[in-house]
Amino acid sequence: MIRILAREVRLSLRHGADTLAVLLFFVLAAGLFPLAVGPEPRLLGRLAPGTIWVCALLAALLPLDRLFGADYEDGTLDQLLLSGLPPSLMALAKAAAHWVTTGLPLLIVAGPVAIMLRMPPAGLGPLLLGLLPGTVTLSLLGTTGAALVIGARRGGVLLPLLVLPLATPVLIFGAAAAGASLTGRSARPELLLLTALLVLALPLCPIAAGAAARAAAE
Amino acid sequence: MAAFRGDHLVFEDISFRLQPGDALVLVGRNGSGKTTLLRLVAGLMPRTAGDVLWEGQDALADLPAHGLRLAYLGHQDALKLGLTAAENLGLWARGPQPGRIAAVEAALEAVGLADLAHLPARMLSAGQRRRVSIARLLVSGAVLWLLDEPTTALDIASIERLGRLAAAHRAGGGMVMAATHLDLPLPDAAELSLS
Repeated sequence: MIRILAREVRLSLRHGADTLAVLLFFVLAAGLFPLAVGPEPRLLGRLAPGTIWVCALLAALLPLDRLFGADYEDGTLDQLLLSGLPPSLMALAKAAAHWVTTGLPLLIVAGPVAIMLRMPPAGLGPLLLGLLPGTVTLSLLGTTGAALVIGARRGGVLLPLLVLPLATPVLIFGAAAAGASLTGRSARPELLLLTALLVLALPLCPIAAGAAARAAAE
Repeated sequence: MAAFRGDHLVFEDISFRLQPGDALVLVGRNGSGKTTLLRLVAGLMPRTAGDVLWEGQDALADLPAHGLRLAYLGHQDALKLGLTAAENLGLWARGPQPGRIAAVEAALEAVGLADLAHLPARMLSAGQRRRVSIARLLVSGAVLWLLDEPTTALDIASIERLGRLAAAHRAGGGMVMAATHLDLPLPDAAELSLS
């Protein structure tokens, strides 16, 4: 499983533009908000947690259709299913690879983007603390969605329709965690709920994704 | 065994057995179910009726364990064009780490690609990519080879080399099941006609 992860990461380093495109999309999309709602710092600061969460969610969706799509088209998926690894662990490796190549870079860039959006420093900690379990959950949900649309004709369009509704709880609690600290409340309940979502997704999503991948190979 | 593809019955009443050292060539016109049968034996496709037995036990009860027994060479080469030939094979080599690199090098040597091991797969020709896929059979160390049109894009010398590799594999107690239109050099292989 580690080897699948290592190979995926190596592949994405070889195609570094993919990760870079995700990050640029994230920064650009977040940069559109000051242009659209005006540069007034207090308003921007209030909108910042939601803006960052929505942009991170959309950016994380970008590479998903290639997560299994490329393997399905070139026959690697068959080989992965015959590699002796249960399909659920194979899917878990894929989700981990998505997080390392997408979620982690987004997490790193989120801090500077938050400062760019004039988010008060008090919210920065809870925002990043919320993004940590949040992006992992998004990777898991996204992997499940990606496995479900393997081989679908317009998978790239179908994928957000599948994943976005599932991702709404993550978005709500993630943005609320950062928002809570701006109003002086503790972000602890929201962060605990985000972690609970992660604990729920961690076993369920790989099982579903693995079953979907096996079904797609038929 | 019998298999459906959608509503269409591809084949029925198929039965065969392989002993160590045996080879079975599947022949039949296009669409007669050669690929379906190979994928069914590999456990990649559900069977409609019948059983796949391995030493008398249901082979498809534990699919991950079944996957380790076999190596499947499909229509597609399953190569990542951004990785080198050696890196492509690295994932499929089994056993502890130090032996894996040697196994990959030996396999590439066996298919005559040792010089190109560190070239990205996108630089290789179609026939050379096919040979890298054949090298994957060797690094997997699997007992049963399932070959689906293995000779696609191969030149005559490479086809003969594949024949030698298959013979060596059978001499070591391995089994080969191949679907092909061309004459594969598999001496005294049984033939299963699907029609």
